[in-house]
Amino acid sequence: MPQPSVEQVWEWLDAVPDPEIPVISVVDLGIVREVEWQDDMLVVSVTPTYSGCPATSVISMDIETALRDHGVDKIKLQTRIAPAWTTDWLSEKGRARLEEYGIAPPQAAGGPEKCPHCGSKAVEKVSQFGSTPCKAHWRCKDCLEPFDYFKCI
Amino acid sequence: MTRDEAFFQFLLRMGDNTLILGHRVSEWCGHAPVLEEDIALANTALDLIGQTQMWLGLAGEVQGEGKSADDLAFLRDVWDFRNALLCEMPNGDFGQTIMRQFLFDAWHSIMLGRLMTSSDERVAAIAAKASKEVAYHLERSGDTVVGLGDGTDESHQRMQDALDYLYPYVGELFASDDVDAEMAAAGIAPDPSGLREEYDALVGRVLDEATLTLPKSRFAHKGGRTGQMHTEHLGHLLTQMQWLQRAYPGASW
Repeated sequence: MPQPSVEQVWEWLDAVPDPEIPVISVVDLGIVREVEWQDDMLVVSVTPTYSGCPATSVISMDIETALRDHGVDKIKLQTRIAPAWTTDWLSEKGRARLEEYGIAPPQAAGGPEKCPHCGSKAVEKVSQFGSTPCKAHWRCKDCLEPFDYFKCI
Repeated sequence: MTRDEAFFQFLLRMGDNTLILGHRVSEWCGHAPVLEEDIALANTALDLIGQTQMWLGLAGEVQGEGKSADDLAFLRDVWDFRNALLCEMPNGDFGQTIMRQFLFDAWHSIMLGRLMTSSDERVAAIAAKASKEVAYHLERSGDTVVGLGDGTDESHQRMQDALDYLYPYVGELFASDDVDAEMAAAGIAPDPSGLREEYDALVGRVLDEATLTLPKSRFAHKGGRTGQMHTEHLGHLLTQMQWLQRAYPGASW
């Protein structure tokens, strides 16, 4: 098999869903930092979101499985902790999909811009922490629905 | 003591603090007063244990005996732990847990801020990652100390009792020894005594708002971070945290 291009690999990785939030890919999440060929070895550098996030090892396994399915055998996954992951690396596509899915995307202001269900701006924080390390728990004062907010870090 | 020996001790202190406190906080999982607090405590514990993997992973590397973070966490006994005593103190009631968290978070955030400019780039990278998480911990524990301290008569009293009980364990965080002197000389970590002023200002501001009174005595229990003498509580914690490796040595997934 001819060596697939780096662009092709990025495209494949963009089809690997985040295990906790399957509407976005690991590329949308911004945790795949670099893809390169070192001779016949494909090296993928991954930056974890939160240090204790249990999804991290699942993500590495999913990336490896996807690449093997595309016929890449020699793979090296590297964990890169610096620079630290930031929500600035979320893609625009990822942000839009989060919102459609009912998770308010991160905002520099530190809280959600609006309720992802009804669009109301009357929202309040319930807790700094939510269902996964990367989310906080908010609620809408108009439609009264609770929702997750993707924390801005 | 060589520089690497001091560096190893320093990394154990950082990693054992987060490991032991992370385990303590995880003891609340499924028991917190309300669901939101349960989730918040579990997430805090998760962050701390994640940070432990980085600190103890690097400690194993620096030690150079081929030990992993898991080896260091699960195959050492009480006398080898280097966490500050504050981290091993029992959870008590919810207020005591939150007060312990706040007293630790305040120190942790200041310490990590300094470590971000460490001369060792691995330390700087871990600190940069951890400090983002700890900023969140501090925001939450500080807010909760204010909410409960300036709350009902009962919550106020419980928070004051927790502060009186835990404050004698704060001084150890700022006690310097040869390890710290070596780390400061190498530019790897700050001398902890130099963090006290900033800490007192931060803690004082929050406690004022919480209408709580700082104990007058600066008496400090010591012995955790040097390993000289832990409290009786650490041994009990380890029997639970390490029981699997003790019952089935070498067990793995």
